[in-house]
Amino acid sequence: MKKIVILGAGTGGTIMANRLRKLLERDQWEITIVDQSKTHYYQPGFLFIPFGMYTKEDVIKPKMNFLPGGVHVIFEQIEKIDATNNHVILNDGVILQYDLLIVATGTHTCPEETPGMTGPLWHKDIFDFYTIDGAIALADFFKTWQGGELVVNIADMPIKCPVAPLEFAMFADAFFVERGLRNKVNITYVTPMSGAFTKPRASKVLSALLEEKNIHIVPDFYIERIDNEKKAIISYDEKEILFDCLVTIPVHKGDPAIGVSGLGDEMNFMKANKHTMQSDLFPNIFVIGDASNFPTSKAGSVVHFEADVLTENIMCAIENRPFTASYDGHANCFIETGFGKGALIDFNYDTEPLPGSFPFPGIGPLGLLKETRANHYGKVMFRWIYWHILLKGKEMPIDSKMTMAGKKL
Amino acid sequence: MGQKLIAGINIDVNDEGYLTNSSQWNKEIAVEIAKEEGIEITEKHLAVVNFIRDKFLKGENLTIRSVGNSGIVDIKGFYSLFPGAPMKKAAKIAGIPKPSSCV
Ligand SMILES: Cc1cc2nc3c(=O)[nH]c(=O)nc-3n(C[C@H](O)[C@H](O)[C@H](O)COP(=O)(O)OP(=O)(O)OC[C@H]3O[C@@H](n4cnc5c(N)ncnc54)[C@H](O)[C@@H]3O)c2cc1C
Repeated sequence: MKKIVILGAGTGGTIMANRLRKLLERDQWEITIVDQSKTHYYQPGFLFIPFGMYTKEDVIKPKMNFLPGGVHVIFEQIEKIDATNNHVILNDGVILQYDLLIVATGTHTCPEETPGMTGPLWHKDIFDFYTIDGAIALADFFKTWQGGELVVNIADMPIKCPVAPLEFAMFADAFFVERGLRNKVNITYVTPMSGAFTKPRASKVLSALLEEKNIHIVPDFYIERIDNEKKAIISYDEKEILFDCLVTIPVHKGDPAIGVSGLGDEMNFMKANKHTMQSDLFPNIFVIGDASNFPTSKAGSVVHFEADVLTENIMCAIENRPFTASYDGHANCFIETGFGKGALIDFNYDTEPLPGSFPFPGIGPLGLLKETRANHYGKVMFRWIYWHILLKGKEMPIDSKMTMAGKKL
Repeated sequence: MGQKLIAGINIDVNDEGYLTNSSQWNKEIAVEIAKEEGIEITEKHLAVVNFIRDKFLKGENLTIRSVGNSGIVDIKGFYSLFPGAPMKKAAKIAGIPKPSSCV
């Protein structure tokens, strides 16, 4: 019996378990999946919690609901990968042996990387919304907040879903308008990038959108520390911005287990070939999702497209054929812009987000790089699609390779 | 896109002065570009520049933090070597494209 071990039962691990269990004979391949948590979080839903649009119950479900029968599930923390011996070592000392390993351990926020972040003001005046606890604490805070300086700060790139902080700022604008408090709330968007987004055309459109909503952008700000007494964020070159409420997107890292195993970069993101998804160092190790060091968005849509490629390449590896699938960096992100509207961007390693219509050229119904109501409903529907289609590894009507059809250069 | 005479050779550069063909780079070019940026190159600068080139050529993500974790300089040190916009300046001197942090 040959063995596939999948590390992490989040978006990517769950999709791969479903896909591979369908494709591989049960009497030939044993599939094991390991995760430290029994709860599956619908992370895109965290964005909606601070504004009272979703509750905790809307974004959590048991992981077991999404894992197929015939897959061995272990809930334990992964300690280390001993790649030369094809072993995974778990926290309780159990050793799993594998023929093929899929790393899907994602990324997590590290507020402790920024001095002062987890100090006395943490979850009192300083919040994150990238964790369930942070999002809930912020929802409570917003219920009674009477206004002041609201600062949204990205500590560093890469982060999960790089449009989420923008959406947050625009949701905040709409939220405080609706509460009649907007004239008492100043919203400042502080980013280490040179604009609202990194890719030039999207950045221009999105920066204009923020300005229209009276959200002030401070670019090229690289946070070093937070002064809790002064209530200020301070950059490495000693620029200072005062806040009454700070919403931070902390530094993101890959899992320490990747780092200690010698498979990661400085930030514990796994080094692998961005097209084949195979480890640079060990041919029987692959990576999917946020855990990789690929230069594309850390997003659920990316995981979905990667799953198509990885499934095909794993089958190639099993059948001793050269890889036939190649990931092009395709990402597709809905952007909530507030007041029931949204935008959509579609891009890959080589092509930046462009205006146009999607998925059908000239028809849409979704508009690329512009604000429409249909785009907002697209995002709302995404939650249903995520739970019912995406995680189960079923086919989606969008190709894993990006297409230029419908895009305007 | 155009060419520019740097350290006695015609080099392909873009509008902002970043090399468009990183294989044309050498140490003399680094020294020249650094001068234009108001930087007198030291061994420390070169160590950082080599680290950045290496990461770029391997197709890896480049962030200020990754330089800070390189063991060559910490982030504060990186800022003092390349004041203002360390990543952009260092990338220019290293002959690689202007970094657009990954999305
Ligand atoms: C606020 C927010 C908004 C977002 N919005 C969107 C959006 O609109 N659209 C979109 O496409 N994407 C969005 N995303 C991103 C999306 O949720 C992620 O990209 C996606 O879930 C990544 O899947 P993954 O499988 O790589 O990692 P995850 O789903 O995070 O799974 C990783 C799993 O590995 C486990 N794990 C890690 N280390 C260990 C260990 N040592 N031992 C045991 N288990 C371990 C974790 O418990 C986790 O279950 C958003 C994310 C956030 C936070």
